[in-house]
Amino acid sequence: MNMIQAINSAMDVMMARDPDVIVMGEDVGYFGGVFRATAGLQAKYGKTRVFDTPITEIGIIGVAVGMGAYGLRPVPEIQFADYIYPALDQLVSEAARLRYRSAGEFISPITVRSPFGGGIFGGQTHSQSPEGIFTHVSGVKTVIPSTPYDAKGLLIASIEDNDPTIFFEPKRIYNGPFHGHYDRPAKTWAGHPGGEVPEGYYRIDLGKASVVRPGNDVTILCYGAMVHVVVNTIEELGNVDAEIIDLRTLVPLDIEAIEASVKKTGRCLIVHEATRTSGFGAELSALVQERCFYHLEAPVERVTGFDTPYPHSLEWAYFPGPVRIGTALKKLLKD
Amino acid sequence: MEAERDRSNLPPLSLHVPEPKFRPGDEVDFSTVDVPAAGSARRPDTADPANSFHELAYTLVRVLDDAGNAVGPWNPKLDADTLRRMLRSMALTRAFDERMFRAQRQGKTSFYMKSTGEEAVSVGAAIALAADDMCFPSYRQQGILLTRGCPLVDMMNQIYSNTGDKLQGRQLPIMYSEKRFGFFSISGNLATQYPQAVGWAMASAAKGDSRIAATWCGEGSTAEGDFHSALTFATVYRAPVIFNVVNNQWAISSFSGFAGAESTTFAARALGYGIAGLRVDGNDILAVYAAMQWAAERARTNQGPTLIEHFTYRVEGHSTSDDPTQYRSAGEPTSWPLGDPIQRLKQHLIALGEWDEERHAAQDLALAEEVKTAQKLAEKNGILGHGLHQAFETMFEGVFEEMPWHLKEQCQQMLDEQKAAGL
Repeated sequence: MNMIQAINSAMDVMMARDPDVIVMGEDVGYFGGVFRATAGLQAKYGKTRVFDTPITEIGIIGVAVGMGAYGLRPVPEIQFADYIYPALDQLVSEAARLRYRSAGEFISPITVRSPFGGGIFGGQTHSQSPEGIFTHVSGVKTVIPSTPYDAKGLLIASIEDNDPTIFFEPKRIYNGPFHGHYDRPAKTWAGHPGGEVPEGYYRIDLGKASVVRPGNDVTILCYGAMVHVVVNTIEELGNVDAEIIDLRTLVPLDIEAIEASVKKTGRCLIVHEATRTSGFGAELSALVQERCFYHLEAPVERVTGFDTPYPHSLEWAYFPGPVRIGTALKKLLKD
Repeated sequence: MEAERDRSNLPPLSLHVPEPKFRPGDEVDFSTVDVPAAGSARRPDTADPANSFHELAYTLVRVLDDAGNAVGPWNPKLDADTLRRMLRSMALTRAFDERMFRAQRQGKTSFYMKSTGEEAVSVGAAIALAADDMCFPSYRQQGILLTRGCPLVDMMNQIYSNTGDKLQGRQLPIMYSEKRFGFFSISGNLATQYPQAVGWAMASAAKGDSRIAATWCGEGSTAEGDFHSALTFATVYRAPVIFNVVNNQWAISSFSGFAGAESTTFAARALGYGIAGLRVDGNDILAVYAAMQWAAERARTNQGPTLIEHFTYRVEGHSTSDDPTQYRSAGEPTSWPLGDPIQRLKQHLIALGEWDEERHAAQDLALAEEVKTAQKLAEKNGILGHGLHQAFETMFEGVFEEMPWHLKEQCQQMLDEQKAAGL
């Protein structure tokens, strides 16, 4: 399966298992979603469980919160993460705090799916990576898969989770693991182990990172599409024994995996597409510094998007690709 | 060139910034407020289409006339026991407000908000709705809880954030959550409850349930984007929901003109969405009850949502942190042409021969005593800042269903810090 099919399969599996799971969002119903993630679901489960919504992100999330309070398990879609901002009040002030402020009387077991990230010439409003906004909010979980297999297992776990979950789907890797070279032929998921996805139910617990490549020289922390860019860069360099960790869940974070790896390698590179200042990499860097200070042999490095809006024509100068990652590794490993 | 066209012969544009009629020191004259006669508004069929509600969105549904008689097609013809229950619930709400306002002034809690003058809006609704219909209130519908029988001590424990507070001292006073009384967790963020109520109603409909949802916000909050989103969703899916706009003329210091009231009514907003809109005398509990009961029937029979504007007046300050004499005339509350909801129902019951001044005075005394007794009980669990609070570690619980490592660490850090400081 590609990632779209895996995500579709996760919703299909959960809708079949739990009559309280409903799917809603702009164009998700009859049409099956602008990325086809919900294709076929309305025909299979009916219009009261899979339906199109008006174009109002406040409404989509606000209504989902109300449905969750009733006892349903809504899976709302925000068409692009760049358009999640109108719903921020409902997510930050309501979904995230409902359990806390009502001492558990009401909960918000919603899973907000949203395509995110760049590398597709999406310009300013089809490329953003706003995960740092959500990791800063107490009460929401943030999940970002990097393979079809993980996407299905993590989405099922998110839907089953009784806490609100932001599920960001790296749209650059919907159809294949991106190697980081926009000018070379794209790969597909065929032949990639992460593209082998079981038809039925399985779950990947939230809060567990995955060691994509074991190594001893440097720990690279990444997630989403950047996992594949990093893997490919390390393969191309050929001379760096990097341990690549795919975080998969940003909150709750698998701190044990990070700590164990950095203490082993003594060096840490953080890679994300999102802008640098106050991005999630800053939190990772602080945690590594606090917990692995006496094991560090070099300052923690970050390769991230620049602190600018996402540009259209200069996308490949902006994107944290192989050249930028290679340069950072050289600096980290020079002693 | 267009940009260089000579505009010197055009009058300059001017920006209109609304201004309330009366400011501090002004003499109040509300004679321009249009008050249609009681009984003059027609009562449509609950199945009528939304586009037939035009005049009902601009008039006022009123039942009680100046002499205290119930008149017209909206007269719900309630029995005397129900009328006395309404009167008691409104009087209890006012007594509770008085006592808790004073508790704040005595430094026993940080904050309180009264609903003086608006008791009919909450009490009338609570009696018209079924006990298991879900209410999504704003912060000024305490009358719903008091009518539905929420123990006063529980409400006071929340206000005091003490050891008996089941919200564990996490919430600002009056932000109640009472699932058992169909009262959704109150949020400080205005109008967020509006789309949530629609979602709850849609869920009820999707599940083939028979319960409906009702929600409340002030006229000021109708300016929020959530209001628009909620009405759009409600009309699209014909959600079984009742929208209540409590137009008490004031949003803190801003008069209703800043929410658009100079140009239209709030009930009229409904019409553009294809939602039935009613405008009622919010100080006439029989009108409030009748409109709610009508809207509930409309919702329960799958005829869709209704918006009710309750035309009333915020008699007191916005909150204990507010001083209304700074922005409005002190004469406003007493000059309000729709009077006081408690006095009007009392007059009606007396006119029916079902009540008298002596019983009324005795009831007020008994309610004051009931509230005082509850207050003493609640204060045994502590008042704000006097040490009887929830255990420190409860602060970290309930953020998530299970506490993640980072919260466990922070909890331990706090306990260690407290211990090191000898606390």
